Amino acid sequence: MGKVRTHKSVAIVPFWRDIRVLRILAQLAFLMVVIAILLWAISNYRARGLIFGYSFLSKEASFDLAEGIPFKPTDSYARAFLVGVVNTVRVAVIGIILATLLGLVTGIARLSRNWLLRKIATVYIEIIRNTPLLVQLFFLYFAVIMKLPRLSRAIVLAGPVYISNRGVVIPWLRLAESFRLWWPFLLLAAAWAGVLIVIRRRTIRRVGRPGINLLWVFSCLIAVPVLGWLLIPGNPLRFDLPDLVTRSGGVITVDGGVTLSSEFTAILTGLVIYTAAFIAEVVRAGIQSVPKGQAEAARAQGFTNRQILRLIVLPQALRVIIPPLISQYLNLTKNSSLAIAIGFLDLYAVSQTMLNQSGRVVEVFLMIMGSYLAISLTISLIMNIINKRIQIVER
Amino acid sequence: MKNKSFLFLTPLLVLIFILATCAPAEKESTAEEKTTAKAVSRLQLIKDRGNIIVGCNAELPGFGYLNPAGEFEGFDVDFGRALAAAIFGDAGKVEFRPLTAAERLPALQTGEIDVLIRNTTWTLTRDTVNELDWAAVTFYDGQGMMVRKATGWKTIEDMEGATIATTTGTTTEMNLADTFRSRGIDYTPLLFESTQDTNTAYEEGRADAETSDKSQLAALRSAMANPDDHVILDITMSKEPLGPLTAHGDNQWNDVVRWVVWGMMEAEEKGVSSKNVDEMLNSNDPTIRRLLGVEGEAGKSLGLPPDFMVKVIKQVGNYAEVYDRHLGPQGINIPRGPNRLWKDGGLLYPMAWR
Amino acid sequence: MIKEALVEKPPREEVGLLEWLKRNLFSTWYNTLLTFVSLAFLFFVGRAIIVWALHTARWEVVTTNIKVFMIGRYPASEAWRVLASLGVILLLTALTWVFRKLRGRPIRQWLILGWLLSFPLIGVLLRGFSEQNLFLPLVSSRVWSGLLLTLVLAIVGITASFPLGLILALGRRSKLPVIKILCTIYIETIRGVPLISVLFMSQLMLPLFLPPHIRLSTVMRALTGITLFSAAYTAENVRGGLASVPVGQYEAARSLGLSNVLMMVLIVLPQALRAVIPAIVGQFISLFKDTTLVVIVGLLDLLGVAKAVTGQRQFIGLHQEVYFFVALLFFIFCSLMSRGSRRLERSLGVGER
Repeated sequence: MGKVRTHKSVAIVPFWRDIRVLRILAQLAFLMVVIAILLWAISNYRARGLIFGYSFLSKEASFDLAEGIPFKPTDSYARAFLVGVVNTVRVAVIGIILATLLGLVTGIARLSRNWLLRKIATVYIEIIRNTPLLVQLFFLYFAVIMKLPRLSRAIVLAGPVYISNRGVVIPWLRLAESFRLWWPFLLLAAAWAGVLIVIRRRTIRRVGRPGINLLWVFSCLIAVPVLGWLLIPGNPLRFDLPDLVTRSGGVITVDGGVTLSSEFTAILTGLVIYTAAFIAEVVRAGIQSVPKGQAEAARAQGFTNRQILRLIVLPQALRVIIPPLISQYLNLTKNSSLAIAIGFLDLYAVSQTMLNQSGRVVEVFLMIMGSYLAISLTISLIMNIINKRIQIVER
Repeated sequence: MKNKSFLFLTPLLVLIFILATCAPAEKESTAEEKTTAKAVSRLQLIKDRGNIIVGCNAELPGFGYLNPAGEFEGFDVDFGRALAAAIFGDAGKVEFRPLTAAERLPALQTGEIDVLIRNTTWTLTRDTVNELDWAAVTFYDGQGMMVRKATGWKTIEDMEGATIATTTGTTTEMNLADTFRSRGIDYTPLLFESTQDTNTAYEEGRADAETSDKSQLAALRSAMANPDDHVILDITMSKEPLGPLTAHGDNQWNDVVRWVVWGMMEAEEKGVSSKNVDEMLNSNDPTIRRLLGVEGEAGKSLGLPPDFMVKVIKQVGNYAEVYDRHLGPQGINIPRGPNRLWKDGGLLYPMAWR
Repeated sequence: MIKEALVEKPPREEVGLLEWLKRNLFSTWYNTLLTFVSLAFLFFVGRAIIVWALHTARWEVVTTNIKVFMIGRYPASEAWRVLASLGVILLLTALTWVFRKLRGRPIRQWLILGWLLSFPLIGVLLRGFSEQNLFLPLVSSRVWSGLLLTLVLAIVGITASFPLGLILALGRRSKLPVIKILCTIYIETIRGVPLISVLFMSQLMLPLFLPPHIRLSTVMRALTGITLFSAAYTAENVRGGLASVPVGQYEAARSLGLSNVLMMVLIVLPQALRAVIPAIVGQFISLFKDTTLVVIVGLLDLLGVAKAVTGQRQFIGLHQEVYFFVALLFFIFCSLMSRGSRRLERSLGVGER
């Protein structure tokens, strides 16, 4: 019976006024408008006699790129793009780590009981947040780094670290011949420490007290590699110290160490200083969001200061800090595209060169969009996993 | 509650504002809509519009730059003015659109500009893959290298390990790679988006050398704080034939551009200049008579007034006058070198005007 | 900051200078150390800045080019039009300030109308009509540059992106899956890529997809890019506002028999938009800073003319002075705006609702 009645009510409302039909029609209409606009745009593109295709990617690039992974003019366009992607990821990852550290310090300084320190932190944050990043980058690169002394008169710091307008050269650890004998020890140490940590966790869960002191874990992490170092012949690592050399034609270059080009230094420093100011505010808001009563209650329960910070304040503050922190990380990554303005070869700058030399506007544009989306998605994925963990801890 | 209703007026008013700012584009478009976009030559489009839009350089002394009065000036710019004189009889009916190296080719492909005269090298790829047509060569250039005099460098081989600054989006970065690769010499390229940044990097010592077209290096050097501290090496890394170009497949328009350029060279060859053009109208030389439209149908077959070269020569000058004004001793002072007429041992060889 | 720190202590006491110093700077040994380190830092940085600003810096690069920084290539003979536009804005601001307390009175509505009308008015004033017009000759948007261009890009960008963002936000909350998915894709894609890539699209790619007879000036194309970009962020802000409207409001509206459209227009949006005003102001400030990116696609905004100035023959290489000046201008504008937005937030009482 019921079935028949529904049928009847459907029959009463004409289909053009049936909300379900209208909904589908509205969506269809919307979809068709979108498709029509797309088709119209594509037909305009075609009307210009332009073609679309990615075959140029395998062609020889025949330009040179000096930043990041090795690249020769005989390599393909695809390889050139990879150079750009790697450079962007390099800046983003190092930048995120450094910006977090600086932001954390500044955020805490902003809450310091020391009036002077608090003021300095506030002034720093205000100046940075109220001026455009691109202006800061231009200032940093053209007005600061470019005005540094030339390489022949470089500032030498202990290390030795050479600072000039060619960039910063720092000593670096390199793997020596005997490293292949040493790495099994490293592996062993890591595995051992891992096992100890698992056991420790289990005991905590069962007994409520850690059976193994963390000190044991650390000492095993150090002792095994040291033992290995003593056992194998020669040093597995060696210090690569930079040195100025004069080439045959009189060009002064640096041998050894790792050179951070001035462009890399500029974009990294600029991004770190800029993003840290925002992270500092995030950190401050996070810490302030934990009510004072929480700490007071914990103290009344006999928690030590360290325990209060570790078990009460930090978990709650982190819950507030992480989501805006994710968006700051994403901003840093997206802002790294400004590197093009100061000659650093990031993904966007390389794409621009590719575009100029190949003339494939749309193809290169889609590659740029796709890469940034992929990087952004990866960062939010990782951070969301961390976020979920922290939410569980909080519970 | 009531005043909230004003909020919904916002979209409308914004639309009005946008339309207000848009209007020039629309006015141009109505003129163009009358002519169906593809089939008709751009020449007709330009005539309907009443001015010609030329893509040019805004930061290269000698070729195209903004003078203190806020007007574009230079060697390339004068060819744009010559085209306006040929079409409208008025060298002022031209709008210059300053373009960066990266923007210039798309601007032509999209039809934003009618002709690109911006020290652009004629290459196979650009001619074919990018679907462009060169009209003629106005300046034979070659890629050079500028270094500090103090280094004492003479050849590429001396430059082992050097950092070399150049502008991206040009043929220069490719020639640089070719030159050093073929000699097996290692170097570090440093790429910038704008010529200005490249030059700053070189002048501040971030780079040991700067590479670009020789004419451009000469112009940049002349603007430096101490031009005498820098020297342009006596090496040519590549051929750089520069000239005006138009969008692919519009032969009628392309013909106009190339014959105006050749006409200016022909005028130099025949000794016709802005000073004597009126007297030359009575010349007995048949080539001059055809050039100035006294005889023959050159103008008609190009779709231009018969006396178009008279207007060009009178208002802009012949090739030599344009060269001397901007690149010669009165300008940035580049020796004419290969840019002399064929009869003086140069490469300029205008096609036969008959 | 310092005020709060003092006020926090419940029984308000008079603190002497020495007592204050001891409490705020020298309470413990590490605090004392921090104070001395900070003092040393301030001394060296401060001295370097003062020596540079008063001694080394050649400020004539800024003073001679002040007109270039403000209006760039806008013809000098027409500069009064920029001043007049500024006058209109100042007048409206002053009136708004004077009448700020009159909630719901007719004068307030006139003010809002005045603000809305000022947009097309200033647009016409700046652009003019045709070249032949005697009073307001055409000044094509191509020659708009300097601070003027920066302001135009930011203001028009945020205003034009608002309706688009509103539609996108409503689309994203729509019950119709196709609309919802398309809007979500748009918003998330734009928010996932840098502004510079969107500007790149509008400068180089957009013309390829338009019919040949539609030609937009570079400024218009940059505006298109900024608007498309900003709309995605506006949409997320508006969505936040929509989410803040209690479900009870929807239910109450439905039970009164309002249609979906009326419910949105009369009940939901007024409350939602009120809640997002501070967020929109924040977005405007960051957009104002972000407009500097147009320099990468070759436009002469404030930063663009600054760069051009550093290439002037007599001032070549004076990057420090020029960029310091530009940074200072931005700092003044942005600090004023963020101060204003905090005040606005308080007067709207958004936090209390």
